[in-house]
Amino acid sequence: MSFHPRMDYAPAKFHQSARALPEEGEPFAYTPENQAKFDACVKRYPPDQRKSAILYALYLAQGQQGSLTRAAMDHVATQIGCTAAEVEDVVSYYTMFFTKPVGKYVLYVCRTLSCALVGAERVTEELEAALGIQRGETDPDGTFTLVEVECLGACDRAPVVMVNDGWQERLSPDRVRQFLDDLRARGEASLSGCHLCKER
Amino acid sequence: MPYEPVLTRHVNEPQSYTLDFYLKHQRGYEGLRKALTLQPHDIIEQVKASGLRGRGGAGFPTGLKWQFVLKDTPKPKYLCCNADESEPGTFKDHVLMERNPHLLIEGCAIACYAIGAKVAYIYIRGEFYHVQQVLEAEIEKAYTAGYLGKNILGSGSDCDVYVHRGAGAYEAGEETALIESLEGKRAQPRIKPPFPAVAGLYHCPTAVNNVETLCNVPLIVLNGPEWFASLGPEKNGGPKLFCISGHVKTPGVYEASMHTTLRQLIFDHAGGMMDDRPLKAVIPGGSSVPLLLPDQLDVPSSFDSIQKAGSLLGSAGIIVMNDTVCMVWLAMNLLHFYRHESCGKCTPCREGTDWLFKLLRRIESGEGRPKDLDLLFGVSSNIVGKTLCAFGDAAATPVLSTMKVFRAEYEAHVREGRCTLPAEWRARQPVFAGAH
Repeated sequence: MSFHPRMDYAPAKFHQSARALPEEGEPFAYTPENQAKFDACVKRYPPDQRKSAILYALYLAQGQQGSLTRAAMDHVATQIGCTAAEVEDVVSYYTMFFTKPVGKYVLYVCRTLSCALVGAERVTEELEAALGIQRGETDPDGTFTLVEVECLGACDRAPVVMVNDGWQERLSPDRVRQFLDDLRARGEASLSGCHLCKER
Repeated sequence: MPYEPVLTRHVNEPQSYTLDFYLKHQRGYEGLRKALTLQPHDIIEQVKASGLRGRGGAGFPTGLKWQFVLKDTPKPKYLCCNADESEPGTFKDHVLMERNPHLLIEGCAIACYAIGAKVAYIYIRGEFYHVQQVLEAEIEKAYTAGYLGKNILGSGSDCDVYVHRGAGAYEAGEETALIESLEGKRAQPRIKPPFPAVAGLYHCPTAVNNVETLCNVPLIVLNGPEWFASLGPEKNGGPKLFCISGHVKTPGVYEASMHTTLRQLIFDHAGGMMDDRPLKAVIPGGSSVPLLLPDQLDVPSSFDSIQKAGSLLGSAGIIVMNDTVCMVWLAMNLLHFYRHESCGKCTPCREGTDWLFKLLRRIESGEGRPKDLDLLFGVSSNIVGKTLCAFGDAAATPVLSTMKVFRAEYEAHVREGRCTLPAEWRARQPVFAGAH
């Protein structure tokens, strides 16, 4: 998160957090399946602590319509039983929630030390060149969103790129274009996955 | 005698994550069976006697932490397992949860019994969705087999384990921030005291333990505290996972005793330096600890020995760097991390990390001024010790530690107006956006 959106210490596009209010968006309500999932999740916490389920509720809403609009946050607030401001407070803090529409595949490129030591920045540059967008942007046809993130916790398999909830490990810069083509053709099935769970 | 791994012996075998495999090859849930025949305070005494220290970073004795959990209270008690593994260079819990999840589940069940909790929440970072899938499926199997749920193994005590997914916040790894996040708020630390053992989750007594710590608990109960203590140096007993990454031939998670020296870990376990280039510096415990130089590596990699050598074992995330790495760039890369992850609660940290990053970026891009070095030192010193949690100290450490050892590199950047490493090395090295 950034606390000084107007201070010019990095290119403006560097900032992922937006100060502007999220879009109102279409009227939102959980699908019956998501409502059932939410109701099951709330049971994990004490009855007077429904707010604990807020992250789960937001993941559900984001999964349902891609990003979080005002209408979705209001719906979550109603479900949890808190104010809309409390929901936005949480949404604006965590990096995995989007208040603007994102592409079909969100590419999270790890940029922290271990990945950077073996060329993560080159990977980001290649991705930018191949997609014709800067980090933090979504390409025009809404397929890819490129985001730089901090340590993903798989430093021995650097550079790591997370694609939605899947993983691509050891993505060398020269394989970036192939990686994008595979992703377009075969979707998340083309990812290397976490090498630890190969046999599943 | 060669060290025999106990936590990760089977992790590379197929199906090692399944309940059947765990029962067959790892004496699965025997520790829990044995624990349920003991009194809770006996388990705490055993863990204390074993000298198990928290594997998350601070190295606080686990038995003591459990002992502090309030006993005489009408409130429910909770166990939180800290699986928000976000420290740069650390990836040990990832392996344990993905390849040996039942060890963690058993550890949670024993810990709950010991502190009198009925519910454990495993707070897993949002990025580990694939790990969460494994963990939740295996928890389900443990319920079916009767190791979790009501009246576990006919003992009359209950234990529920739930996985709670975070959403991308390094700060959620701090124990009170983790609790805040579990309560559905921003992951920002609380003022201590009261410590979580007195007023934690939902203001009830809570123990917060790292994944690797809890994974050690079934082993202690099963094999006895003496066995555990005998695996390592005094007060640093037990198996330890070391995560080695950076410029080494075979990065990965290696299990060893804390007798093993850092040099052995880097050159024997991780295969030595990538491309056989000379070693320049090592970060021995995740990005938040001071660096060590090549001549400081012949120390046992235990909490106490590394502290004596001038650094900390932390989360045992060992990041190895060769001579192509510019130390100003390194500090800048890490300060970008800290600036991004600062939760914003305490002003010195929120503003200070931003200042430090700006200064480092200026120096790194060749526009630094001579007084910037003093400014770096001044800003860092004004963060250390002035924040609610250890994040502030951690954020200042990369700057203070590189400035102390590699001050000449900073001065050269300012004097020459550029990085003074050979240009062809810089070309090999990933360049940060906007720099060079």
